[in-house]
Amino acid sequence: MYPTPIQFAPAPAQAAYRAGLYVALVVWMAPLFAILMTTVRSQTDLLAGNYWGLPTVFSLGANVREVFASSPMGLFFVNSLIVTCCTVAGVLILSTMAAVALAKYRFPGRTFLFAMFIAGNFVPYQILMIPVRDLVLRMGAYDTVWALILFHTAFQTGFATLFMRNFIVGLPDELFEAARLEGASELQILTKIVVPLVRPALAGLSVLLFTFVWNDYFWALVLVQSDAAKPLTLGLAGLKGEWLTAWNLISTGAVLAALPPVALFFLMQKHFVAGLTVGAVKG
Amino acid sequence: MRVWSAGVDSVVRRARSARELRGGGADLLTPALLLALPLGLFVLMIVGPILRSLWISLYDWDGTGSATWVGLGNYRELFGDAQFYVSLKNNAIWLVLFLLAPVLGLALAIYLNQKLPEMRLVKALFFMPLVLAPVIVGVVFTWFYDPTFGILAIVFRAIGFAPPAILSNETFVTFGIIVAALWAQVAFCLVLFLAGLSQLDGEMIAAARLDGADGVPLFRYIVLPQLRPVVYTATILTVIMSLRNFDMISVMTQGGPYGSSTVLAYQMFDATIFSYRAGYGAAIATVLFALMSVYIALFLRNSLRQEARER
Repeated sequence: MYPTPIQFAPAPAQAAYRAGLYVALVVWMAPLFAILMTTVRSQTDLLAGNYWGLPTVFSLGANVREVFASSPMGLFFVNSLIVTCCTVAGVLILSTMAAVALAKYRFPGRTFLFAMFIAGNFVPYQILMIPVRDLVLRMGAYDTVWALILFHTAFQTGFATLFMRNFIVGLPDELFEAARLEGASELQILTKIVVPLVRPALAGLSVLLFTFVWNDYFWALVLVQSDAAKPLTLGLAGLKGEWLTAWNLISTGAVLAALPPVALFFLMQKHFVAGLTVGAVKG
Repeated sequence: MRVWSAGVDSVVRRARSARELRGGGADLLTPALLLALPLGLFVLMIVGPILRSLWISLYDWDGTGSATWVGLGNYRELFGDAQFYVSLKNNAIWLVLFLLAPVLGLALAIYLNQKLPEMRLVKALFFMPLVLAPVIVGVVFTWFYDPTFGILAIVFRAIGFAPPAILSNETFVTFGIIVAALWAQVAFCLVLFLAGLSQLDGEMIAAARLDGADGVPLFRYIVLPQLRPVVYTATILTVIMSLRNFDMISVMTQGGPYGSSTVLAYQMFDATIFSYRAGYGAAIATVLFALMSVYIALFLRNSLRQEARER
């Protein structure tokens, strides 16, 4: 184990380590801590300069009500949920199909396609922006959640295929041969054998995809205009301009927008971390 | 994942002999059907648009009306545009300062790689910036830097200085945004390095320790070489991400004040959406794409090599 476990160090060093740990944590979390503190304050407190003392009135409930009453945050929330869930479902299906093809069948151009899916992941959004916007306009999908679902599904399929392929390639070939021998069709192999075996990978992938899509801002900015289709990130950026110095409302909005991915992360921390490190840390 | 191990064994043995009998008849139809939809969508939305952007960059186009062929005119104009050099300089600053992320991430990972009862929670809190939208981080830091309401202002007043208006100062603004972006990037590198540390060869380290190695030599000659693949990946990905940043600039400053915090990604958006110059925007995007291709190629080469080694 590297570094040497702290348990082997003398007691004072252990205490110093722990103290250092908590100091680092407090500094690291300071911005978040500050914003959480602001969600429980009233506008009056903020105007009076009371940022760090006890709030005169505990206003979390009032702030949340105010956010939902004075802005279409509820609608934005629903939009984000629709876009994210549809995309995740679509990507899981498409990427599993592509991954099986790339991992378990031999055909010319296989490595090229694999490389293309990896590279597609890293291209700057700006090189796609004008044609994608144009395409979506011509399809009549501009300013609808469908525009976002369509683009995100296509883009995330690259990463997801790479991710799923790395899992599927590890399944023994004999499994496929055996199933074929028993008379299973290729479709049955996919749904009855591959999918159940890669379920943990699909779970990890879902968490990652949820976070990526939920947090997108650029494509919302490019493909969507009206409140009826805006996701939370874009909505929040707009409200920041509208609320100006009502930092209690802005903070509350930001915390509400961050809540779903954060909650999901805490529920599935292990999957999330394992997913992120796929491909990055191997042998 | 090892659910198939026991019961499947006998079937597997039968299959093995059957495969030897059958010989490898290549099935092309199944992969073609499986790939049709995902690949079609990918070509429609990613590959096609890249090629079209390159093409559009050769036209003078407002994004809706008719386009006029200008050849390399957009590029000629771009290379004479003072704003382009501001963006390029800022991109360089982003890239260089972002390289702090792997360094800080590794240092933090070494510090956190201990077994304490509360460590799972502590690590989770350190990972947190990673799941927050850049937009939200941007909003949080805008507030953090606010010269009247922000914490930074309070700290400055407490030690008796006038609070700086970081986001409206042409010299500091880019650094202010980068600090905010680094927060999440360090967390990303931390995740990678913690995974790397958990896979170190314990016996080799124990042997080195028995031979009296510790401190810097142990790290330099035993630990770091084993972490090389992770260091490579973390560095390349960090460089790519440094060039992609858009959200925070858009939310925190919109490229201001007076265009002093733009990068190529933002300038492209600004030219296309606010100035209705799609052709010019496409040219900026092409330059950005060309710059990033170098790093994408490096990453790709690494991935494919690793792939080949495992076969």
